[in-house]
Amino acid sequence: MVGLADTIIQGVLLGGLYALFAAGLSLTFGIMRLVNLAHGDLIVLAAFAILALATWLAVDPFVALLVALPLMFGVGLGLQHLLLNRTLGHGILPPLLVTFGLSIIIQNGLMQGFSADSQRLQAGAIETASVSLGGGITVGLMPLATFGSAVLVILGLNFLFYRTALGRAFRATSDDLEIAELMGIDHRRIFSLAMGVAMIVATIAALYLGMRANFDPTIGPARLLYAFEAVIIGGLGSFWGTLAGGVIIGLAQTIGAEINPEWQILAGHLAFLFVLVLRPRGLFPRALD
Amino acid sequence: MLLQIKGLCKSFGSVVAADDLDVTVAPGEALGIIGPNGAGKTTLFNLIAGSLAPDRGEIRLNDRDITAASAHQRCKFGIGRSYQIPQPFESLTVFENLLVGAVHGRGLAERDAAAPCADILVHTGLIARADTPVRSLTLLERKRLEMARALATGPQLLLLDEIAGGLTEAECGALIETIRDVHAAGTAIVWIEHIVHALLAVVGRLIVLDFGRKVAEGVPRRVMASTEVRQIYIGIEA
Repeated sequence: MVGLADTIIQGVLLGGLYALFAAGLSLTFGIMRLVNLAHGDLIVLAAFAILALATWLAVDPFVALLVALPLMFGVGLGLQHLLLNRTLGHGILPPLLVTFGLSIIIQNGLMQGFSADSQRLQAGAIETASVSLGGGITVGLMPLATFGSAVLVILGLNFLFYRTALGRAFRATSDDLEIAELMGIDHRRIFSLAMGVAMIVATIAALYLGMRANFDPTIGPARLLYAFEAVIIGGLGSFWGTLAGGVIIGLAQTIGAEINPEWQILAGHLAFLFVLVLRPRGLFPRALD
Repeated sequence: MLLQIKGLCKSFGSVVAADDLDVTVAPGEALGIIGPNGAGKTTLFNLIAGSLAPDRGEIRLNDRDITAASAHQRCKFGIGRSYQIPQPFESLTVFENLLVGAVHGRGLAERDAAAPCADILVHTGLIARADTPVRSLTLLERKRLEMARALATGPQLLLLDEIAGGLTEAECGALIETIRDVHAAGTAIVWIEHIVHALLAVVGRLIVLDFGRKVAEGVPRRVMASTEVRQIYIGIEA
């Protein structure tokens, strides 16, 4: 029994990390129907940014994060303003091609700058610290912090979306871009801000990605896949759905790994397929398309 | 002049929607536009509001050339527009629909936008529905919201596209009263409408469009009696 409870707790906590990967994707897809194939690579880029800042400033990754957040917000703004806004509104293909190209450019750029060696964000004692939940179950402080951060990020995004002027503009633009323009909303500016916010979430995801395991410039696409699955399981446009999606994949992976370590990744994808068959629009769909 | 349109042309392939159109609107005026389906009425609104770019011609608002301005800039300059088929933001509440217009169209902070938005909801009879999600509104309420939302952007010029269409006689009368109030408060109105008696209850001048051209213009009673209009309208009714 302890074994099963332990597996479930580990799975749920792992789901927090996947939800962090996915939340930024959910945001950009929800607002501008942009399928960002470079999202995973942007997370890896943020992880390298935290690594470089931590090394350069000789500080803890958590402190480096505080510097990386505004930097990556700027990267998101600039990327959307200079590049991605030009790809939208001409069908589904241009943004796919451009973000696919961007994914390759980021990977190779990072390879050039940081080599293909795998890296790790060193956080010291907190990495191995754990807390006891009683009943013989202990959980690591890091997975707990990851999940807690995911919940805070989702709460923050929901607050932004439903309680602020910017959020109303996000929702209005998502509903009907042409009418939003008639209401005085500059949709390009809104899109740029949305990408900036998505990059803030991606940078938080990057911190936990880099502290949990080794990373190198090429691991982005695999993270993107988990993120996509979480978004689609949850239903497009629902942040809590995205968290649920992350948890479902995390659970499936840990339970799969418990049965046979080789089944870890496969079990996650099977869970995704299973949900898709039962609920093609995801568990909590908000957006209609 | 508030709005000055000169030599406006727009065609879609071989279909001419605006053919060398000249239209002016004075501040605070109420102008009606009639014409058969396909005459280019809605296209004219799209050109004025900036959803479409003209092939040729010039549009000036308060003597500023806005021909190349984007739709969101024109909204800020003072053009508000309602659609024939209401197009509210479905996932927002009634109040939020107005708030978006007031914040972005008028450049108000949300805090300052709340009171004027509530005023507009009172005047358009929607205040009881303020916190309702838009998807549960009736047709009349949607039409009112369409106008209320355009008003929230603080327009000097309000473009109404067949706002009375599909309403019952009583609903139509109530809507006319609301439009009169808006006009009396100093907002210039350009109103496209098939329900001519509703239009004539408000507007002081009438333009008749056909095939993108202006075929008649002037005092409503005289325009309605002109041979051009009779020909067109007998054509419609046959």
